[in-house]
Amino acid sequence: MATGTELTPTEYINHHLNFLGKKVGDGDFWTLHLDSVSVAILLGFLGLGLIWWVARGATAGVPNKRQAFVELIFEFIDNQAKGIFKHERHSFVAPTALTVFIWVVLMNAMDFLPVDWIALGTHAISEHGFRIVPTADVNTTFALALTVWALMIYFSIKVKTLGGWLHELFCAPFGSHPLLWIFNLLFNLIEYLSKPLSHSLRLFGNMYAGEIIFLLLWMWAANSAWSEDYYIGLIVSSALAWAWAIFHILIVLLQAYVFMMLTVVYISMAHDHH
Amino acid sequence: MNINVTLFAQALVFIAFIWFAVKFIWPYLLHAIETRQKTIADGLAAAEKGKQALEISSKQAGEEIGKARGRAGDIIAQAEKRASQMIEEAKIAARDEGGREKAAAKAEIEQEVSRAREALREEVAGLVIAGAEKILRREVNAQTHAELLTQMKKEI
Repeated sequence: MATGTELTPTEYINHHLNFLGKKVGDGDFWTLHLDSVSVAILLGFLGLGLIWWVARGATAGVPNKRQAFVELIFEFIDNQAKGIFKHERHSFVAPTALTVFIWVVLMNAMDFLPVDWIALGTHAISEHGFRIVPTADVNTTFALALTVWALMIYFSIKVKTLGGWLHELFCAPFGSHPLLWIFNLLFNLIEYLSKPLSHSLRLFGNMYAGEIIFLLLWMWAANSAWSEDYYIGLIVSSALAWAWAIFHILIVLLQAYVFMMLTVVYISMAHDHH
Repeated sequence: MNINVTLFAQALVFIAFIWFAVKFIWPYLLHAIETRQKTIADGLAAAEKGKQALEISSKQAGEEIGKARGRAGDIIAQAEKRASQMIEEAKIAARDEGGREKAAAKAEIEQEVSRAREALREEVAGLVIAGAEKILRREVNAQTHAELLTQMKKEI
């Protein structure tokens, strides 16, 4: 958009939905989205780095406001984990929940940045697109969901042993009769398939939709700039975008919360015996 | 929706961040918070203990004050008793002294009376003898009647 050349609405939206892909091998699969990865790493370092900085200087005495804020987040996460996960949570589950929540909130929050202003900066890096919201990239949400999925299977086998896990695959939830094995297995496969899909696509869908709605509103604003009564479109679309941004705060936090809760729930379920 | 190698890159980043949080963030915050919780719990327990100690010692103090009050009452009662006793003693002593003084005075008076009576007797005897002498000078010899006169003097 910054070039000022005329773009059709489709071109405008497509332009903003281009990833900064880099070929690292032959075939479509070997494309790395540098934008998603770099923004994700940056935000992870920012969020976890700030918490780490506070945690290193944490005092057991009277905390300052910075530490109190971090402890507020800590307590929030810890309470959620305690409510769901009935085993020893401090060694893994609770810090994982903290990582997920902080990271996903920050990645989702990138949706609030005005895309065209960001584009002014990112055009210096890439002329053909830079997606600032890593969670609106299905690769990111699948990466998180599949990692949780792998953790789920890892803890299942660790807690129940490989035999116990296989036994559950065939003998739960309907019963251990040999005739029911195939149904049990099918049921469990569907469950194992649906968990990462719903986990990742819920977050992706929400963030992608939010991004699209912002783009539509900005497109309206941009198009009306050239029309005669430009101020109406400009004011209305800005007001709507403002309202949507406020509503989106809720979505950003809620989706991060849901993603964190599901992470804890899935890992917790892996610890439960049937 | 194009799945590509980004997925694996993000998964690795995610794992690295989880490791970082597990290793370098959570334990420090947990330690700080748990230590503080323990400090607060200890403080509350100490306050509770202090409260109990205060209760016990105020009870003891109350008992002590009651005892002291009782003793003070005893002392006052004793002192009052002693005072009235002393007053009684003083009264008795005064009465005795008065009696003694009175007796002495009475004895002196009696002495005076007997002395006066003796003097009076002497005087009356003298007068009687003088009267009798005057009478007898004319009629009898003083020597013959001297014996009779001495006898009369004795009888008076």
